[in-house]
Amino acid sequence: MTTAKLGEAVRRIEDDRLITGRGKYVDDVKLAGMLHLALVRSPHAHATIKNIDVSAAAAVPGVETVFTGADLQEQMGSLPAGWVLEDMVAPDHPPIAFEKVRVVGDAVAAVVADSAAAAADAAQLVDVTYDVLPAVVDAEKATQSGAPQLHEDAKNNVAFNWDVHGGDYSEAAKSAEVVVKQRIINQRLIPNPMETRGVVADYDIGSDHLTVYSSTQIPHLMRLLFSLVTGHPEHKLRVIAPDVGGGFGCKLYLYAEEIIAGIIAKNLGRPIKWTEGRQENYVATTHGRDHIADVEICGNKDGTITGLKAHIYANLGAYLSTFAPGIPTVLFGLMLSGQYKIPNISCDVTGVFTNTTPVDAYRGAGRPEATYLVERMVDRFAQEIGRDPVVVRRKNFLAPFKNGKEVATGVNYDSGNYRGVLNKALEIFDVKEFRDQQRAARREGKLLGVGFSTYIEICGMAPSAVAAALGAGAGLWESSTVRVHPTGKVTVLTGTSPHGQGHETSFAQIVSSTLGVPMEDVDVLHGDTDRQQFGTGTFGSRSLAVGGQALMMSLRKVMDKATKIAAHELDADPKMVQFADGVFRLEDIPEKELPFGDVALAAHSAVNLPPRMEPGLEETSFFDPENFTWPFGAHICVVEIDEATGETKVAKYVAVDDIGNVINPMIVDGMVHGGIAQGIGQALQEGAVYDDDGQLLTGSMLDYAVPTAEDVPSFITDRTVTPTKVNELGAKGAGEAGTIASSPAVINAVVDALKHLGVNHIDMPLRSESVWRTIQDAKEAQRAKRSAARKGS
Amino acid sequence: MVTMTSAPFEYEKPESVAEASRLLSKYGGNGKLLAGGHSLVPLMKLRLASPDALIDLSGINDLKGIKSTANGLSIGSMTTYHELESSSDVQSGAPLLADAASQVADTQVRNFGTIGGAVSHSDPASDLPPVVLALDATMVTGSQRSGREIPADRFFKDFLTTALRPNEVLVRIDIPKLPANTGTAYVKMANKASHYALVGVAAVITLGAGGVCERARVALTGAGPHAVRARRAERILEGKVLAGNVIRNASKRVGAELDGMFNEDVHASAEYREAMTQVYAERAITAAVANAG
Repeated sequence: MTTAKLGEAVRRIEDDRLITGRGKYVDDVKLAGMLHLALVRSPHAHATIKNIDVSAAAAVPGVETVFTGADLQEQMGSLPAGWVLEDMVAPDHPPIAFEKVRVVGDAVAAVVADSAAAAADAAQLVDVTYDVLPAVVDAEKATQSGAPQLHEDAKNNVAFNWDVHGGDYSEAAKSAEVVVKQRIINQRLIPNPMETRGVVADYDIGSDHLTVYSSTQIPHLMRLLFSLVTGHPEHKLRVIAPDVGGGFGCKLYLYAEEIIAGIIAKNLGRPIKWTEGRQENYVATTHGRDHIADVEICGNKDGTITGLKAHIYANLGAYLSTFAPGIPTVLFGLMLSGQYKIPNISCDVTGVFTNTTPVDAYRGAGRPEATYLVERMVDRFAQEIGRDPVVVRRKNFLAPFKNGKEVATGVNYDSGNYRGVLNKALEIFDVKEFRDQQRAARREGKLLGVGFSTYIEICGMAPSAVAAALGAGAGLWESSTVRVHPTGKVTVLTGTSPHGQGHETSFAQIVSSTLGVPMEDVDVLHGDTDRQQFGTGTFGSRSLAVGGQALMMSLRKVMDKATKIAAHELDADPKMVQFADGVFRLEDIPEKELPFGDVALAAHSAVNLPPRMEPGLEETSFFDPENFTWPFGAHICVVEIDEATGETKVAKYVAVDDIGNVINPMIVDGMVHGGIAQGIGQALQEGAVYDDDGQLLTGSMLDYAVPTAEDVPSFITDRTVTPTKVNELGAKGAGEAGTIASSPAVINAVVDALKHLGVNHIDMPLRSESVWRTIQDAKEAQRAKRSAARKGS
Repeated sequence: MVTMTSAPFEYEKPESVAEASRLLSKYGGNGKLLAGGHSLVPLMKLRLASPDALIDLSGINDLKGIKSTANGLSIGSMTTYHELESSSDVQSGAPLLADAASQVADTQVRNFGTIGGAVSHSDPASDLPPVVLALDATMVTGSQRSGREIPADRFFKDFLTTALRPNEVLVRIDIPKLPANTGTAYVKMANKASHYALVGVAAVITLGAGGVCERARVALTGAGPHAVRARRAERILEGKVLAGNVIRNASKRVGAELDGMFNEDVHASAEYREAMTQVYAERAITAAVANAG
């Protein structure tokens, strides 16, 4: 019987079941009479469908039926873009393509059979005749004249043009002493949650109730979108997200397979299961990043940065995924001031359709792209003027603030102390000592480098009115219910939808510390639209900052009512009642006490309640934050490069983050570790590669290099604490910080290791060949320069 | 297109080499031997391979076990990577093999994958083919009638192709005892995703009086269609004192047997593989020389 405190490293309650194989994922759902769905997917990136012959597939033993897009189109509707920008083109996105395919992996037919194996066998026999069209995979090339056109209504494949301007960049550039230009590629990534997606749809014809189990981060939003798209009434639709094995953003949307399975279940009156394979996941589940950025930074030789300008080609893939338009715009462009006072910022984003898998949020979602660009350009600028990157950062930091600070992109940071967090990192990491090592190593032919990344992020999605003004199609508030049972046990219903974040532990900690009940007396339930009345889900490091606050509000109401009941039982004024360690006491008569559980029982027995008080002890709250939260931090990375091969290793990594108050430091450390690993993965080895025909060359884990423990060092993590005032927990959000900060830290370190060769930029991912080639080219350039100098003299 | 289930197939579990060979004949070209399955089964799940039958070799006792004899080691073809890396006989008798086996993939693969499966598959980027080449191993086969002894350097024929006949089963790999003053090394640049070798070099160096290289064996994987002996490099090393420049000159010739046909894929260009072959060859030979000392 232990109560937990806020800030205590309580072990994760959910891990016992998850790591002993007792978790329940969508693929564990087995219903009587269930049929299995396999999708026939296009092998071509761009083609017209001429004919589909399903006869051989339909004849396979065990096959129930085969549907084409034309069979179901009227019932399925079009997949929606849930984030709408001004003048945006949102072309139709049929769940099963029926006239044209636009990406390898577009579903063209659905096979339903009594086993997954029979469905897979039959899917191979569906004979589709295609008229193959030229494809385009590069966002810049897709906008050029003569490029293949994906959608009739999107001229030059442009979905939208979006911009943000603060100050006057061209004036700033004119009067600046130094202007540095750089093209920066932020390559496409494949999210790779441990559990791929899956759906089970179960229809009850008598009640017209449809239940959809899905491996999703957003059960309520999915229900809303499903209902809007298919017309199935929302109140007769139940979405269940059982245990979900990771998401990283890629389970944040309404997907074709959810609709296909749901509609087929309704047509056949039998449960339908679809489980995504890993290779299928690589083409059918959203990707992340994929920016081509042309960037300029300007300033003076004393290190003052006066302006930043960027034009981005954002590759959106073949269709608009649910949140896709918001990621490379709002969550990217508004972040371009970083931790700095940059008075003039100009950003234009062209969102482009290509014959590739749709791109949407991936851990960090827009913020890693912005941070990479800003942190890379600050280093690039420092190198250009021959100054220390730490000195240049310090010179341009916003001064510490507690009550908001508006930057040139128009957003208002909540609180920050950027010098403080960098100073702490520099207490842990001795730069001077490193520079000595670096010089010594270079003499022995070893290349070492150090990179800094001082980042800011935007979390706690979101003040609904602000989000709506920026294009969000749904409110982004959160809800909670606290249900106290007669025995004093507590059930929490949260609208957030964890998929690895440990809410069952951290939310229980909040309850335990507030009500004084033991951790084991608290059960946190999530991910079922029939249990939780509504919620927005889990993404954008929002669950604690928004959902945690909704929980706090319900707990306050519960305590308020419980205190009144206790006062009534103790025959005292509620103002005289004190509460500590789970017991109500009277200030002046401490021996008169009433445990919380007795109050819970009193609330339910309803024998002796205050006049006009309703029985029961259950409260629900809704919280819509007034601002986002703005975590920040300073990361330092050391790399070692094998000069002969280009192989690059992260040798040391220091992360100091400021995410406000921390509920469970162990969970935060875990998130920071995983995030840094993913950011190092992007920097060094991950990257989705398409050929010109739109075939994914990195189509499996044999070719797509997800980082593993051997690719990362043991991380050194620490924190500073600058609480937010946006919620009473003072918590800002921790889920994405590591990913946002780490990629630029690694690349800046590599450039630092190579700058004596004249290198000032290198694009991710740093596969050993690209580092090797950069070294070869730099040496060649140096040789040519020396030889020219000799000839000249 | 993308499935997780293989096409239907028959499953056979013979108890003798002769029976396995008979089953190979029975299924014609459409029976595949299962010897760990870590290359075959993924291909079947992707339906890139759809054999009519899998002939599981795990029930044949003649294919199991590591024997240490006066002449060297005799290793059953169904010996797993894990058994190789943890066997004290292999660690002392053929440390090169133990070390290379420990560099294969991950623990799960090493617990299932076998030396016989690896060399019979002749994957161009596999770790053990260059090792058996550098160790002058003999591949001993069996069939319904009789067996053959195939020297390793005549075993690897092409991309995924060996000297094994359609009804032949690899029974064991005989590795001769290393001469005194012999050092060995296997180094590879691993593909970050698959851990297969982008390039890998095995070197076996025997030093004689005055530090003269009496015998050199160098073999290369990952760079070409199949693992190859680097005979031209070996000739440069043999008979010489192995100073740095000799090793460097020899390393430049490792890969000469590929006649410029280096592999090229999304992970590395042919030019880079060629350059890395030389770097890694130099490292392997240098390490082997150090171990011989």
